[in-house]
Amino acid sequence: MSDYLLKLDNVTKTFGRRLIFKDLNYTFTSGKVYGIAGPNGSGKSTLVKIMSGLISSTSGKVIHMLGEKTITPEQLHNYMGFLSPYLFLYDEFSAEENLQYFAHIRGVRYDDEKVKQLLEEFNLYDRRNDLLKEYSSGMKQRIKLLFALIHKPYLLILDEPTSNLDNEGKDKFYQIIKDEARLNLAIIASNEESDLALCDEIIYLKNYKAEKN
Amino acid sequence: MKAVWLFRKDWQSELRTRYAINALAMFILVTISVILFSVGTEKITDYLTGGLFWVVMFFSAMSGLSRAFVSEEERGTTMTLQLIAAPSTIFNGKLIFNLILVFLMNIAITILFSMLFESFVIKNQLLFFGTLFLGNIGIAISSTIIAAIISKASAKGTLYPVLSFPILLPLILTLLELTKFAMDGKSIEESLVEVAVLVCYDVIMLTASYLLFDFIWKE
Repeated sequence: MSDYLLKLDNVTKTFGRRLIFKDLNYTFTSGKVYGIAGPNGSGKSTLVKIMSGLISSTSGKVIHMLGEKTITPEQLHNYMGFLSPYLFLYDEFSAEENLQYFAHIRGVRYDDEKVKQLLEEFNLYDRRNDLLKEYSSGMKQRIKLLFALIHKPYLLILDEPTSNLDNEGKDKFYQIIKDEARLNLAIIASNEESDLALCDEIIYLKNYKAEKN
Repeated sequence: MKAVWLFRKDWQSELRTRYAINALAMFILVTISVILFSVGTEKITDYLTGGLFWVVMFFSAMSGLSRAFVSEEERGTTMTLQLIAAPSTIFNGKLIFNLILVFLMNIAITILFSMLFESFVIKNQLLFFGTLFLGNIGIAISSTIIAAIISKASAKGTLYPVLSFPILLPLILTLLELTKFAMDGKSIEESLVEVAVLVCYDVIMLTASYLLFDFIWKE
């Protein structure tokens, strides 16, 4: 099991004068699946974007550590897999081309066998050479999941991961998360009961605060 | 190597979508045609031809080079890039892409001007091509960082030339001067001050771009 740690230290976020959340403190560690839930507009997506370094917090710190080593924001992309409804891949490329480019730009080895295995698991292997613009929204969601997993990250941050997935896709996803959680750290932001049922700990965002379930 | 892969991704994407190449090609053809029609049978001076050459260069760059970042923003793939690479890799990849586009564009404009304008006569070719080389690098660096800045704005099309003009003005003025020297047949030794200004412009813009890009790239 990896020794990854993500720590929120007094994290506050405001957009202009609108407060989203204030002084969040929490420590996430490897070997568990964490859930982030809360009503619409409570800041779930904002929090996962701050955790993943996509946006900055207004005050406070987000600390990423692998063992004793601190991961800097510039290094984070190689340690983290991220999925969000706001994430788009390149429609003019096929699924395989997308994954190949992402691996090479990341500077990691493109593992043919691993890609083949994951594409087969998600029933996409036969369509791997089709352009992404020909994919349905559910198929695109599956490819986005592969995008998050393909470089074998230590930290998985998933925002509404099962949106657009059919039951078969959801089952496959849950199986992968269970396997991943044994080794790494997974954080899921969702209000879906079936997604939250996977989680060992759930944090509810409400009234600008985080409450542990 | 990561930046080269990003460039390959952009180039492959450009060959399939033809956003920038088509815009650049059409702009070059239209502007040169308009100049030819408006000049008609009038005889224009070689200095004026040199000036028109850089006017076409400047506005062609404005029409196509912003695509490097604007296309990512329009397709919503900016976040994807943020998740797979460090900011310096992104900037390097986009800069290589814009450099290739500027060089291709400049070669096309130079060939067309040589064919269509009798007064476009270069006496010191080494100085001219050296100027073109350094000028292209300056245009590519400036265009890349300005494209990154304007890609987050709502009025991208208007903002790009407006913001580019003051930044590219010292470069264009120096390029005009050096083109004039090359047409006059002046030696490189006689043009050293202007060449040094060009080199300094490129170095300053490159340094400033690397320093600024982290802040621009992060929301």
